[in-house]
Amino acid sequence: MNKVRIILRREFASYFATPLAYVFIVIFLILAGVCTFSLGGLYESGQADLAPLFRLLPWLYLFLVPAVSMRLWAEERKSGTIELLFTQPVTLWQAVLGKFFAAWLFVGIALALTFPTWITVNYLGNPDNGAVLAGYIGAFIMAGAYLAVGSCMSALTNNQVIAFVLTAVVCFAFALAGLPAVTEWSRGLFDWMAGWSFMGAGAKDVVHSIDNAVTDGIAGLSFLTHFESISKGVLALRDLLYFGLVITFFLLSSAALLEKRK
Amino acid sequence: MIKTQNLTKHYQGLVAVEDLTFSVEPGEVLGFLGPNGAGKSTTMRMIAGFVTPTSGSASICGFDVATQPIAAKTALGYLPEGAPCYGEMTVAGFLDFIADLRALEGATRKTRLDYVIGRLQLDGVLEQSIDTLSKGFKRRVGLAQAIVHDPKVLILDEPTDGLDPVQKHEVRTLISEIAKEKTIVISTHILEEVDAVCTRAIIIAHGRLVADDTPAGLKARAPSGRLDDVFRAVAA
Repeated sequence: MNKVRIILRREFASYFATPLAYVFIVIFLILAGVCTFSLGGLYESGQADLAPLFRLLPWLYLFLVPAVSMRLWAEERKSGTIELLFTQPVTLWQAVLGKFFAAWLFVGIALALTFPTWITVNYLGNPDNGAVLAGYIGAFIMAGAYLAVGSCMSALTNNQVIAFVLTAVVCFAFALAGLPAVTEWSRGLFDWMAGWSFMGAGAKDVVHSIDNAVTDGIAGLSFLTHFESISKGVLALRDLLYFGLVITFFLLSSAALLEKRK
Repeated sequence: MIKTQNLTKHYQGLVAVEDLTFSVEPGEVLGFLGPNGAGKSTTMRMIAGFVTPTSGSASICGFDVATQPIAAKTALGYLPEGAPCYGEMTVAGFLDFIADLRALEGATRKTRLDYVIGRLQLDGVLEQSIDTLSKGFKRRVGLAQAIVHDPKVLILDEPTDGLDPVQKHEVRTLISEIAKEKTIVISTHILEEVDAVCTRAIIIAHGRLVADDTPAGLKARAPSGRLDDVFRAVAA
């Protein structure tokens, strides 16, 4: 049997062996409901779609997903089971992937359990179900990016609280990067620089092109920017590739950190 | 068999293990002795492939731990210090997980699982989660995990720590029983254990090898003929 699958299965079962899984799923569903109906104003919007849910999901993930990922490596370190695991005939990658997929599957199940909301909008109107499906796929893939960050932060420390806080902060930075406030602030900064009196016209052009590159770069790094188009039903290859790269990067970092601390 | 060649581990300038070269042949039970912090666990971790040496190498059954880790780990049964197990799992679930990782299948799997469960008397606690077990049972689960795949090489870091005298005796009997065709290394600071199960003993202090002899040979080094006098003299 595939080693990744063996580790995935053990890890996944361990979520349900403690109250963690049930507490997480219940809280997630309650908050997702609050996001959709109360904060997101599904009824008030007069539109039968899941936009209110998807709009607030990145923020909901921000403090719930780190709670799932914080234990991935920190707990193994603390309890010493990491020594047991890495002296079995498994490679580092099999362990990193098995654990990551288990966490991803778990969050995916929590996400899928928001289906009553989808039934509700179908009852209330005629939503574009293709767009809803695309939104769910996007939400699932974005969860993977949050979890990959979490896996990396958890590999960094043997303290779960530190892993939680670091994951939340890094994900917050990734989410924040796409907010208009941040891009405007960045543009403002460069405009101010271009306004310096000693700058010639050529120098100003240079500043403006740097401005465009940096500001677009920052916005391009954001979870929000890439999730926004998916949540509207557009599954663009660009956005999927972006999340794939984020996941790959942070899983590689997890493996490198684990290897380094051997 | 186990071979180490100039095995060395430094932690930020601190010497944990320095230039350790030895080999252990099939049929031998090597007692690994030394005061706390002498580098016993670090050495075992390097042989088991959990800690990367600063320099030097280790091999298990001819497979280099650094370059052929999977082959080396397949031939090895390892009990880490403190016998860590996944506490939320049941004993049966945990042993199944290890059997999966060890790719045990079919009749062999059943025979081996039945053997370790019977031999380490785990029948009564199979459906209990490991967290709820006593220290003695936890240690036995750790041992079961280490021998379930009938490995050629066995490294046990303090296998009898925390066991009562009856259980200690049981574990020693088990080790002697399977010792014939296996290569076994056990670390301990209970010197009577060396007499009871080991055919050879190595004493390390401050990361260096200070004695390598049979238990009888070691005893002959002290006028009193007692192992702990020898230990105190060389480990100081």
